[in-house]
Amino acid sequence: MRMQANSEFSGEPVPSGNAPIAIELSDASVTFGRGDRAVPALSKTTLHVSEGEFVALVGPSGCGKSTILRLVSGLVQPTTGVVIVGGREVAARAMRVGMAFQNPTMLPWMTIERNIMLPLKIVEPFRSQFRKLRKTEFRDKANALLEQVGLKGFGGRFPWQLSGGMLQRANLCRALIHEPRLLLLDEPFGALDQFTREELWSILQGLWMTHKPTVLLVTHDLREAGFLASRICVMSARPGRILDDSHVGFARPRTVAMTFEPDFVALNQKLRAMIVDARSAVQEGAA
Amino acid sequence: MTALDIRQKAWSAVLIVLFFVAWELFCLMTGMSDLVLPRPSQVFVTLFERFPVLWPHIIQTLATTMLGFVLGVALGVVLGAFIGVSKTAYDTAYPLLIGFSSIPKVAVVPIFVLWFGSGTVPAVLTALSICFFPIVVNIATGLATTEPELEDVLKALGASKFDILWNVGLPRTMPFFFASLKVAISYAFVGAVLSETVASNRGIGNVMMTASSNFNVPLVFAGLFVLAGLGVALYVVFSLIEGQVTGWATRKNDVIAT
Repeated sequence: MRMQANSEFSGEPVPSGNAPIAIELSDASVTFGRGDRAVPALSKTTLHVSEGEFVALVGPSGCGKSTILRLVSGLVQPTTGVVIVGGREVAARAMRVGMAFQNPTMLPWMTIERNIMLPLKIVEPFRSQFRKLRKTEFRDKANALLEQVGLKGFGGRFPWQLSGGMLQRANLCRALIHEPRLLLLDEPFGALDQFTREELWSILQGLWMTHKPTVLLVTHDLREAGFLASRICVMSARPGRILDDSHVGFARPRTVAMTFEPDFVALNQKLRAMIVDARSAVQEGAA
Repeated sequence: MTALDIRQKAWSAVLIVLFFVAWELFCLMTGMSDLVLPRPSQVFVTLFERFPVLWPHIIQTLATTMLGFVLGVALGVVLGAFIGVSKTAYDTAYPLLIGFSSIPKVAVVPIFVLWFGSGTVPAVLTALSICFFPIVVNIATGLATTEPELEDVLKALGASKFDILWNVGLPRTMPFFFASLKVAISYAFVGAVLSETVASNRGIGNVMMTASSNFNVPLVFAGLFVLAGLGVALYVVFSLIEGQVTGWATRKNDVIAT
């Protein structure tokens, strides 16, 4: 397959076009604690994400990538600045975003099917229909998602009967069951082996292409970012800020083979160099 | 049930029988007076003969135990849920709870008697005060160990504290809860009998007290046997309920075993 390299990947921020803005961080900063023990986690950050975009956040560890996710989901309030998600200030926290972490956290006393339906028990309008529809419509919905991630027929199993990779697929299903407009992923594949991880990239890409949610993905894996994202933001070391914002224009559906082609490798190396710089800047600062 | 389980149970039964046989032989060989240590055969005969007299006392003890237990569980669940949902509450309340639990419960019986007179009420309260502590600790610990990631996932969905407690926190504490029920029912039983012994005119504790002052030692031991039997029965009942309700927590072992 011939890769369509996009010249935009080489570094310039890309205006978000005509799509409505899904996420808007304006000069948002986060500091944990107060006074002498205050720890700045995120310096003033401005980030705009359009609806339907797939944005990857990469950077050295502890740089505040996860803090951005927590800001957007409303789990953390900005110390300064404004966070607007879906046209509303996040303080309301009625966002119903889908989230998935590295730890799949399936509840051991429920079958996979019922685990996946958990968000429907919480989010309206599904919540008030849950008793009525849990055995029919909602169950079909869960199984349709399971089929999409290659877990057809596993709905009746319990979490301990599934492997780590399978649990992580179920985790993605749970994050998507309530049809969120926004999906937040915090290193979802960090604990998986290389082959399982690559398999899940394709599955996640498929889910994104069918459901088209806005995605924010935090990852350490630059190949993962390049494979999945339509845009990659590189962050500096703690307290983090966005150093670089580049568009990734490779054609979809992308394949694992593409990640070994020269354009992809070049992008990878560019990102890697920026993160290495960001890391060494901190070490010099500390010396 | 596997062959291994059956063999295990058979050995337990053999051990119990051996215990009584050894006791009987010990008394016969040493010519022990039944004022000091009656033979088990004597105790069983007394138990059988006096059963119509013992029966209302058994009911009384069971009733006070269950009432104290139910109230203790209710109080324990509410208190445990309250301090389990917040780390601050957990850390703040813990020293006070430890303080309460360290008081020997025999010392509070006179206070209950002072307040409510002798009889059923102090027995219920003693049972309650002795059995609620393991419930509180287990519920609170179960709630405090909820995975933070899952909590974040649910909060991001707009879940309230109650939603999380109801869908995740409480089901997760069930194995802890039922494990603590087994302990609590035994404690409640001890509390009820303790209070009956000190200040009541009914119940197995009172029967044993009266019998010992009349030097009717076989009847004292008959009371002990009744208590042991009831204790085992209550424990078994709650073990069975535990197995039914929280099978998911142990099912993993079954899979590995088969």
